[in-house]
Amino acid sequence: MKIIVCGCGKIGVSILSSLAAEGHDLVALDDDPAVIAEVTNIYDVIGVRGNGADCETLEDAGVRDAELFIAVTGSDELNMLACFLARRMGAGHTIARIRNPEYNDASLDFMKRELELSMAINPELLAARELFDILRLPSAAKVETFSGRTFEMVELVLREDSPLAGLDLRDLRSRFQSKFLVCAVQRGDDVFIPLGDFVLRSGDRIGITASPSEIGKLMRQAGLITKKARSVMLLGGSRTAFYLAKLLAVSGADVKIIERDPDVAKELSETLPGVSVSLGDGAQQELLLEEGLRESDAFVSLTGMDEENILISIYAASQKVPKVIAKINRDELCSMAEKLGLETCISPRRIIADVMLQYARALENSQGSQVETLYKLMDGRVEALEFRVNQSAEGLTETPLYVLGKNLKQNVLIAGIIRNRKTIVPGGEDVILPGDRVIVLTAGHRLADLSDILAVR
Amino acid sequence: MNYKMICRTIGTIVILEGVLMVLPAVCSLCFAEWRCALIFLGSAAAAALAGLALSAPFRTCDRTIYAREGFVIVGLAWILMSAVGAVPLMLTGDIPSPVDAFFETVSGLTTTGASILTDVTALSRGGAFWRSFTHWIGGMGVLVLMMAILSDSTGRSIHIMRAEMPGPVVDKIVPRVRDTAKILYLMYIGLTLTEVVFLLAGGMSLYEALIHSFGTAGTGGFGIRPDSIGSYSPYIQWVITVFMLLFGVNFNLYYLLLLKRFRRAFRSEELWIYLGIVAVSVTAVAINIAPVTDGAGKTIRDAAFQVASIVTTTGYSSVDFNLWPGFSRTLIFLLLFVGGCAGSTAGGLKISRIAILFKCARREFRRLLHPRSVAAVRFEGKPLDEGTQTGVMRYFALYSLLLAAVILLIGNEPFDLETNVTAAISCFNNVGPGLSAVGPMGGYAGYSVFAKLVLSAAMLLGRLEIYPLILTFSPLTWRKR
Repeated sequence: MKIIVCGCGKIGVSILSSLAAEGHDLVALDDDPAVIAEVTNIYDVIGVRGNGADCETLEDAGVRDAELFIAVTGSDELNMLACFLARRMGAGHTIARIRNPEYNDASLDFMKRELELSMAINPELLAARELFDILRLPSAAKVETFSGRTFEMVELVLREDSPLAGLDLRDLRSRFQSKFLVCAVQRGDDVFIPLGDFVLRSGDRIGITASPSEIGKLMRQAGLITKKARSVMLLGGSRTAFYLAKLLAVSGADVKIIERDPDVAKELSETLPGVSVSLGDGAQQELLLEEGLRESDAFVSLTGMDEENILISIYAASQKVPKVIAKINRDELCSMAEKLGLETCISPRRIIADVMLQYARALENSQGSQVETLYKLMDGRVEALEFRVNQSAEGLTETPLYVLGKNLKQNVLIAGIIRNRKTIVPGGEDVILPGDRVIVLTAGHRLADLSDILAVR
Repeated sequence: MNYKMICRTIGTIVILEGVLMVLPAVCSLCFAEWRCALIFLGSAAAAALAGLALSAPFRTCDRTIYAREGFVIVGLAWILMSAVGAVPLMLTGDIPSPVDAFFETVSGLTTTGASILTDVTALSRGGAFWRSFTHWIGGMGVLVLMMAILSDSTGRSIHIMRAEMPGPVVDKIVPRVRDTAKILYLMYIGLTLTEVVFLLAGGMSLYEALIHSFGTAGTGGFGIRPDSIGSYSPYIQWVITVFMLLFGVNFNLYYLLLLKRFRRAFRSEELWIYLGIVAVSVTAVAINIAPVTDGAGKTIRDAAFQVASIVTTTGYSSVDFNLWPGFSRTLIFLLLFVGGCAGSTAGGLKISRIAILFKCARREFRRLLHPRSVAAVRFEGKPLDEGTQTGVMRYFALYSLLLAAVILLIGNEPFDLETNVTAAISCFNNVGPGLSAVGPMGGYAGYSVFAKLVLSAAMLLGRLEIYPLILTFSPLTWRKR
C-alpha cells in the first residue's frame, strides 16, 4: 500500500520505521535535505524534498495514487493544509497531527469533516490518556484498553515477594476466583505466549487480559495495591502534563505540576484551575522533597529530556514513591530504563506508531475482519490486536475453541471475546460469532485479518 | 564491519554468476560444442557450490550494513566475479593465459570492450557468447540484479545500490529498493529484446543479434568480426547507432515515459546536453571526414556511428577512425572522457558531472568579477546543494590523479605515447578502443602482464566510479576504530 509521510521529525521517523517493517511503499516528505538523506539511508523509503503544502511537491511524491497521507510536521496548520490538499489531489485517506489544545475541542469534529480528514491525532493527548489509565491502576506497569473499555490488558512486573511467583498458570486460575488470562510473559530477553504448565517467576513481566472489574478483583486477591493514585506530582509543564492534569483533576485527584519556566507555569495556573503549579527546577532533589515528593502516590516525569526523566524517576523511586512513570521518547532508552529498574515508561512516539500501524492494517483489509485496535507490547515483540468479525467464515466462526485451537498458528492466542459489550474470557466451549470483537495476542506473526490466525487456510 | 553479511552477499553473487553461466552452456549445446558446454556447466556448478559454501553459514546473520559495508561488498564482489568469470574462458582454451582471461572478463563486466584477442573469429561460440554476455550482466550491475531477485533487501540495501550504480546522485525511482531494481532490469531486458528484434529484421542470425545486443545494451563493445560492425549492412549500423544512444540515456527517464509523464522526461537538462553534444560532434566529424569518405550517406553514418559509440563508451566501430583526419581523431579523443548520462549503462565521467563542473566554473568566474554575488548552481531545474557540488569536484580531482597514475604505470610499454595515453583513458572510461596501436582495428595483446593488470584495475575503477575499489583496499575501512 502506498503511504506518504509528511514531516520526518521524531514522530515521523517512528511511523516510517514501523510501517516500513510492514512492507508498505513509503514516501518520506520533508523540507530538510539532510533529514531526507538520513531517512533514505536507513529505511526502504523514497525521499522527496519540499514543503508538504506545495502542490508540486505533493505531485512529485505521487499523492495521486497514495492510499494514505500522514502529516506529522511540527505545525498543526501545515498538517491540516497538507492533508486537505492531498485529499483534493486524490489521496485515499488523510491523517493529520493536530496537537494545539485550542484545536482539540468541539471544533475538531467540524474541522475533520470539512477538511475530509480520516483521523486527527494528538500524541500528547493520547499519551496523557495512557498515563491516566496507568494511574488508575498503579500496581500495573502498563494498561491498554480495548473497544469500549470493556476489556483491558494489564502488564505487571512480578516483584520478589509477589504471591503469583512460583505458580503455574493452572494453579493461578484455581487459586484466584476471577476470570482472567495470562497471555504473554517476558523473562529477560525472551518473550513467551505461555501454556497452562508455564511457571511464573519473580522478575517476569506478564500481560493479563480481563474486564476491568475482574482485574481489580485479581489485584485485591493477590494483595497488590489497587487504590487509584490520589495525589500526583508531575514534573515539567508540557502539553502532555496539561492534558493529564486536566484528566486527573476531573477525576478528583490532587495534582501538582513543577515547571521551570515562569511563563509556562503562569499559563498553566491560569488554564488549570484546581491544579497547583510550582515554579522551580525539578532536577533539584531538595525542591522535590520540599514540594512533597515523599507524600505523593505517584510521580510522573514529563520534561522534554529523556535522560532527565529517567534519572529523576529513579531518584523518585528511591524515595519510595509507590508509582513512578517516565516519559521517554527514544525507544532504545526505554528498554534501558526498564533494565535500570523503572517499571513503567511511556513513549508518545510508540503510541502514535501503533495507531498508524492499526490504521494501515485496517485499510489493507477492508472486506474481512478489520483490525480495530493494535498494541505492541514487551519491546514491540508481542502484538495485541482487536478484530471485528464482520461475517461468518468457514472453520473460524461458530467453531468451538478447543477445535479451533488445534488449527492456530504457533504463538497465537485468543485472549478475549467481546459480545454485546460483555466480556468473555474464552474457554474451550466458547465460539466466535459474527459481530463479535475478538482479541488476539501474537508473537512473530503479522496479522491483518482474523483468518490469518489459522495455520492452514 | 559486518563480515558475515559481506561474506553472505558475495557468496550469493557468485551463485548468481554460476546460474548465469548456464546460458553460454545452452548456446554451446545449440552449436554442438559439447566440450565447451561441459566446461560451462562444470564452471557453473563449481561457482554455485563455492558461492553456497561462502554464503550458507551466514543465512541467518544480522543484516544491518552501513555505507562502508556497501562499498566493500561491491568492490570485492566485482573482483571475485571477474576471477570466476575468467575460469571457463581459460578452460575452453579460448584464452589460455590466466591474466589474459582475467583482463578479458574485467573488460566484459565493466563494459569496456578492450580485448587482448588478435583473432576474434577463433573463439568458440560458447566462449564468444559468454564474453558478450558479461557486458550485459555488468551494464546494469549484478548486485542490482541480486536485489531484484532476492527478497531480503532492507532499507540499508541502498548502500550497495549507490556503490554500484554510476552517477553523482543515485536515487530510487520507487519507494522500495527491490522494486526499483526490478523495474530497472525489466526496462533493461525490454530494451535489449527490442534491439534483438530490430537486428533480426536486418537479417542477422539470432546468435549474432544476441551478441551485438548484449554489447550495445551494456555499452560494452565486444564483437565477433575482426572489423567489429564494419562489414554489416547500413541498416544494422543505424540500428546499433540508435540503440547505443538509447542505452546512454538515464533509465529513470524511461520509467517516466512508461508512467506517461512525458513533459517531465523531456524536461531533463542532462538529456538535452547529451543530445546536443552528440549532434554537434556528429556534424563536426561529418564535415571533417567528408573529403576522405565516399558518399554523403556513408559520411553521416560513419560519423554518427563512431560518435555514438565513443560517447556512450560502447566501443564498436564501423570504420577505422585511426585513418581519419587529425581534427576528427582529436574530437574522438576528447569524447572518450564524456560518457553517457548518469543512471545509464554507459561509463565515463557522465554528462551530469561535466555539466555541474562547467556550471561551478562559471559561478567561480562570476564570483571573481562580483565578489559579493550570491548565486546558486542550478541543475535539472533545482539548486544543487553544496555537498553534491564538492562531491563532483572531488571526484574529478581523484579521477584525474588516478588517470595520471595509470598512464605513468604503463608508460614503459613498447608503444608510442598516443597509444599508451589513449589506452589508459579508454580503459578508465570503459570505452574500449583508443587511438594508434589500440585503435579500433588494434588491440591490447601487445601489453605486458603488469600493464594488463594495471589496465584491469583501471577498468574496475572506472566502472565502479573509484570509491568502492579504493575503499575496499584502504586500511582505514578495515580499522576497528
